Amino acid sequence: MNPINNLNKLFDSRVRLGIMSALMVNDAVNFNELKELLEITDGNLASHLKALEENNIIKVNKGFIGRKTNTTYAITKAGEKVFKAHIEALEKMIRSTK
Amino acid sequence: MTEHDQSLETLQDIKRMMERSSRFISLSGLSGISAGICALIGAWLAYPYVFGCRPLFIDIHKDFHPGIEVLFNTWLFWIAAGTFFAALITAFIFTYLKSKKEGIPIWGKTAKRLLFNVSIPLIVGGIFLLKLLQFGTFGLVAPGCLLFYGLALINASKYTLDEIRYLGYCQIIVGLINLLFVGYGLYFWALGFGVLHILYGTYMWYKYERSE
Repeated sequence: MNPINNLNKLFDSRVRLGIMSALMVNDAVNFNELKELLEITDGNLASHLKALEENNIIKVNKGFIGRKTNTTYAITKAGEKVFKAHIEALEKMIRSTK
Repeated sequence: MTEHDQSLETLQDIKRMMERSSRFISLSGLSGISAGICALIGAWLAYPYVFGCRPLFIDIHKDFHPGIEVLFNTWLFWIAAGTFFAALITAFIFTYLKSKKEGIPIWGKTAKRLLFNVSIPLIVGGIFLLKLLQFGTFGLVAPGCLLFYGLALINASKYTLDEIRYLGYCQIIVGLINLLFVGYGLYFWALGFGVLHILYGTYMWYKYERSE
């Protein structure tokens, strides 16, 4: 089977890859931290987060710090599995095309 | 661009993002070098007091109260404090400049996590060493500094550039050898905090910052 079939369309964009990478190694990351990390606009980030959330890749937790809202994002079990498969597919492609 | 290159670049992107979001990577090699130089200057200033060429106490007529206040009446205490803050401030400046260049905020989540984890062994060690001073066990202070600092660095290595772990191992080795030669603490202290810092900082600068 062509390994390209295992590549998940959901992770096609660099922004989504960035979000997933950050969430893989942190328990929870808030909106502003992601924004700083990826250096993108609010709207752009929000739309990618929404797409990942709708596919049950990440979960959203709306909390408060004092009076300010603090929305944090974390990876779901399913999301972790899907993302790992995506990385493995990338690795396979590198090996097969060397 | 071939498929191979594209996949490789994506994987490298992922790795970079993982590191950037979980480790404080702005720590500059120049910070290590500057801290090492401060330590060597501090050791040089302390030398005549440690080896008895100059009086230890600032005001020799002052009454001796038992307790920690006696420390404040020694030149060594103020040299040590000055060295510590000089090293801290110069190290901060170089790391601040590096974080600015890379566009990473200096006071982010990763910096807080690093600082917290480095502080635990250092604060515990500091309290323990103060207690040693109170009991007059001066010979164990230098090896104690090296050992606790080494442990702090190993603990820190999970939250910043991983190579700092080897600096930690080396500090512990120097500290342990110092335990066999109690009384020569200043030499070992200068070796650990001075020479090792400079070697480590030079290596890190050469590896990560030279080309930038």
